[in-house]
Amino acid sequence: MGEHSFLPGHRHGGGVLDRLGEGLLAALRHGLEADDLARRPGLLQGLDPRVKLAGALALMLMAVWVRTLPVLAALLGLAAGLALVSQVPLARLMRQVWLGVLAFTGLLALPALVLVPGRVLFHLPLLSWPVTLQGLRSAAFLVGRAETSASYGLLLILCTPWPHLLKSLRLLRVPLVLVVILGMTHRYIFLLLHSAVDLVEARRSRAVGPLPPRERRRLVTGAAGELLGRALDLGGEAHLAMIARGFGGEIHLLDDFRLRTRDGAALAGLALTLVAAWWWGGR
Amino acid sequence: MHIPDGYLSPATCAAAYAAALPVWAVALRRVKRLLQSRLVPLLAVVSAFCFVVMMFNLPIPGGTTAHAVGMGLAAVLLGPWAASLAISIALLIQALFFGDGGLTTFGANCLNMAIVGSFASYAVYRLLAGRAPLQARRRVVAAAVAGYAGINMAAFLAACEFGLQPLLFHDAAGTPLYAPYPLGVALPAMMLAHLTLAGAAEAVIAAGVVAYLQRSNPSLLEAPLLGGSGLRWGSLRSLWIGLGALMVCSPLGLLAAGTAWGEWAPGDLQNAGIRQQIARASSDVAPPVHVPAGLERLAGLWHAPLPDYAPAFLHNATVGYAVSAMVGCGLILLLLAALSALWRGGRSA
Repeated sequence: MGEHSFLPGHRHGGGVLDRLGEGLLAALRHGLEADDLARRPGLLQGLDPRVKLAGALALMLMAVWVRTLPVLAALLGLAAGLALVSQVPLARLMRQVWLGVLAFTGLLALPALVLVPGRVLFHLPLLSWPVTLQGLRSAAFLVGRAETSASYGLLLILCTPWPHLLKSLRLLRVPLVLVVILGMTHRYIFLLLHSAVDLVEARRSRAVGPLPPRERRRLVTGAAGELLGRALDLGGEAHLAMIARGFGGEIHLLDDFRLRTRDGAALAGLALTLVAAWWWGGR
Repeated sequence: MHIPDGYLSPATCAAAYAAALPVWAVALRRVKRLLQSRLVPLLAVVSAFCFVVMMFNLPIPGGTTAHAVGMGLAAVLLGPWAASLAISIALLIQALFFGDGGLTTFGANCLNMAIVGSFASYAVYRLLAGRAPLQARRRVVAAAVAGYAGINMAAFLAACEFGLQPLLFHDAAGTPLYAPYPLGVALPAMMLAHLTLAGAAEAVIAAGVVAYLQRSNPSLLEAPLLGGSGLRWGSLRSLWIGLGALMVCSPLGLLAAGTAWGEWAPGDLQNAGIRQQIARASSDVAPPVHVPAGLERLAGLWHAPLPDYAPAFLHNATVGYAVSAMVGCGLILLLLAALSALWRGGRSA
């Protein structure tokens, strides 16, 4: 099935280095821009990260659960409205979510128009394939759910600093140790991506002419093997550094989140939205 | 392979989370016990490694490129428990930060790729590599087959999840509410892509890295870096107890009303009462008036020794069910024991 991502450079074609370099740049850019947007004054930026996480997950779940298209469209509209009042440009939402989802999920949903049996609405010109009402609705559900959920996912990440989002995962009873590992993993991803680009670039700069496919395979798998060795060394060094700073295996997390009046109001609004969506969207 | 939000129903997502949670809990406990204070930095770097490997675009035989998930490679190098944790962490960052794969479907993605994919890969690798020397070519082939088998197991599971959606979740007018394609479409569509391109990419990365490590750092291949599967017959006591309990509980199936969907005999299609049950269970679609010729021809080919889980010499259906469960489990265990003996004999020869 199709895949989509918030990263515009996430493509399956291109050379090894192009893809790695693109991935690294896109990930860095996405991280920096998310950081910048999370600091802007806006409705979502001003809320407690736990409220945002609970709200985004609840709205995503509701978007997956509803059984009427108008309610699904209203939930997508709400995501667009929240983006506007949180200084997230709609063009960004369109670029990072709507077009990407449409390209993957929309393409995947297209055959459903003719493959899902039901009441025939019309026949496709030239091919005479029947487009059914059920097929049309089914494709609309699939695309609508994917668009709406991904929009809330992007809003969450763009309006919440990554460390705060990780800390708020404690709300879902994610073990403390995993929260810390997630934070470190996120930092090491960028470091290892840099290493991977350097490794492949160093090998490529010593090659004359394009490498044959067999050599390119050896280049990539060799880089992966070397990267594993470096990652393990890095893990060992990080462990020693942690020990040197007094780490003994116990993990503490500063939990300085405080719920304020606006968080209460946001939770009330969320509850009202969910009840309304449940009431009108459950038929 | 990364299932986005909206493709699976909330019930399917909940079931996938329920299936993945105990594995995560056991994996975390085992890896924590093994690594102790090294857990945080080491698991963080191997998770980051898994993430980066997923971004590698591999030239595969045939002139095209594909990206691997790295589940086979992770399982071979780290062991299945640590691999399932590391890949799950990489998948969570992909879903949360990069929007690659959904959050409601995160449990399903982890179940398919991180858990089933890793354990299947590890089992295949152990089976094929055996105790071959670290530099043996057999280990490279085993890693390739392990990666290929792991990703195809994961794809098969994902296809089943997709294919069950229109069957189980549709509105009154028959509109599929989630992934719209039935098993007949979802399975070939997913498997075609994974048996060819994605499977080849997974095989290439696993085999290539194992071959590279054989030349440069063979010590990394000596044993799984973060612990093997750790399964021993003695440690399976709780599984034996669970199996016994399931056998005793098997007559609970008798409480279910109606017929098992799709398991109809030719006689059922001619029985008016059962025909009504079939129609009710099939969204009011009546079964064919006449028994299909193929079904009639093939139905008589094989007569089960214990038809309908009710041995002829037992007149109590409950006891018959329990006895059938015990006979079935016993036969499977005997078959596995025979295969295991054959495998050991072949290896020592």
